[in-house]
Amino acid sequence: MGVLSQAFALVFDWYVLWVILASAVFGLFVGAVPGLTATMATALLVPVTFFMPPVPAVAAIVTATAMAIFAGDIPSCLLRMPGTPASAAYTDEAYAMTKKGYGEVALGASLVFSMIGGLFGTAVLIVAAPALAEVALKFSSFEYFWLVLLGLMSAIFLAHADPLKGIVSLLIGLLVASVGLDNPAGFPRFTFGNAELAGGLTLIPIMIGMFAVSEILRNVAAIDRPWEMAQAKIGNIFRGMWTLTKRYPAPILRGSVLGTAIGALPGAGADIAAWMSYAVSKKFSKEREKFGTGHVEGIIEAGASNNSALAGAWIPALVFGIPGDSITAIVIGVLYIKGLNPGPTIFMNNAPAIYAIFLVFILANLLMIPLGIAAIKGAKQMLRAPRAVLLPVILLFCVVGSFAINNTIFGVVLMLGFGLVAYLMEENGFPVAPAILGMVLGAMLEENFISSMIKAEGNPVAFVTRPIAGGLALATFIILLWPLGARLLRGKQ
Amino acid sequence: MPGQKFGPAWFPGLIAIGLAVCGVMLVFSGWRSGAHWLQFPEWVQRPRSRAAVLAVLGGLVFYILAADTLGFHLTAIAIVALWVRILGASWRLTILVAALAPIVIHLAFYKLLRVPLPWGLLERWAF
Repeated sequence: MGVLSQAFALVFDWYVLWVILASAVFGLFVGAVPGLTATMATALLVPVTFFMPPVPAVAAIVTATAMAIFAGDIPSCLLRMPGTPASAAYTDEAYAMTKKGYGEVALGASLVFSMIGGLFGTAVLIVAAPALAEVALKFSSFEYFWLVLLGLMSAIFLAHADPLKGIVSLLIGLLVASVGLDNPAGFPRFTFGNAELAGGLTLIPIMIGMFAVSEILRNVAAIDRPWEMAQAKIGNIFRGMWTLTKRYPAPILRGSVLGTAIGALPGAGADIAAWMSYAVSKKFSKEREKFGTGHVEGIIEAGASNNSALAGAWIPALVFGIPGDSITAIVIGVLYIKGLNPGPTIFMNNAPAIYAIFLVFILANLLMIPLGIAAIKGAKQMLRAPRAVLLPVILLFCVVGSFAINNTIFGVVLMLGFGLVAYLMEENGFPVAPAILGMVLGAMLEENFISSMIKAEGNPVAFVTRPIAGGLALATFIILLWPLGARLLRGKQ
Repeated sequence: MPGQKFGPAWFPGLIAIGLAVCGVMLVFSGWRSGAHWLQFPEWVQRPRSRAAVLAVLGGLVFYILAADTLGFHLTAIAIVALWVRILGASWRLTILVAALAPIVIHLAFYKLLRVPLPWGLLERWAF
């Protein structure tokens, strides 16, 4: 049986299809409710997927995130509040359209072009990931060392934040990663004689804390601010979509390409892709003056961009084990648990499962249309779900989920501790993504550094003599020195 | 570790140096911009928000301390009731959610996923 037919058999199974449908509904709901993010949806799904076979486990995450990123646009139009941070870039624009009476067009455009962006990103993933894996098979510890470092650097400098605070965030993540016995020397570090710490800090409760508990704290702190819903008449949301497609082919393509690329760069995901695409759209538009007054062009470009970024982020995650965004940072943990260890050999050892994941990507984006219409029609009911019930239930779910990973209360302690840390970090302008990346990649960075050093017998020149390693080193230094160079140039003018 | 140039202390040492340097730079830039040493977010002024945040944190700490002795079910009922009520729901809704949420979690996690949630005081009636 061919790989593809095996993959089809893996996906078109009643259990898997049921999981996809259920996680689609879950994703739409989480995305549509402001304050609940796509990353949070992933973190909440992990304890449940923990008990599933590999393909449905990954399918649940893929489907839920794709739906959540689209659904984040719904409250943008109706409440002037982004449902997920990935919609924040064009929330004002979408709301202005609703106010002008074009809410139907805004929602329709975000649905249709989310799907197109998502399918574009998926196509790139399907083509690029196996091709990249061919190259990556020749990589040694030197290349991996630079690749990880490059990823960490781009996470810092792509985040919309002070680079210094980004570095601090990264260092905190690396520090967390260095706890325990799991280091090249097998020496217990920062364990204080505690058995729970010797195994290292379990990442899933930490991520539930950082992405869900911190978000709940932010929501709870704003509980006395009611939501005000704008009226939008929703008829046939496909009306005019074909005209828009013919009118804006360049923004659709540009948004999809940029989104996929930003997604593939480590540390930056759908939210940063949307901000950048919205800015690019405005810069190249023939009707720049209309931006901000309820103009659909930016919504099309950024809406395609954030959904394509989702798939793009899987490229480095599958090929190198380096997450492209915070969602894949969680996914990598799930892949390891499920025995689908990321790396270039994944396309040889687990080809049917990987192609099944690709199929799920396509399926999820196609499913977005019928379910998206239902979500738009039912948006008012969804947004009426009382937060006083929603937040406590999610929080209880977080507690049980954090407990369920290792069946110890220590997971709940980690969740609470890191939830508070993430809340304080974000309130003070420290981006959380570099910390997450540091936690996921810390061990890989250290391992490849130490083994490279041993191979090179302590000679640092060996790190740059292999051509690809040298190129990656150069790229790392360019990114590192970019802000400094830009400042010098500005100073001269 | 003796005999190893790049031992287990090397990497954390590098992190420590980085954090120290960044810390000094942050203190310096904060001092130069004349910001306050400690500044509370504005929601601390609003009584409802303050109570809600304290209830969330307090409830979680209570769960961590009490779950093993009281058991999951009793602790969950208590904290969910506290949270739902303090976030502004009616008593009727509070009781409904506090009763239903632990049952649903019990069915999903304990029965379906076989997570050994602690029974605590209810050990005798475990099912």
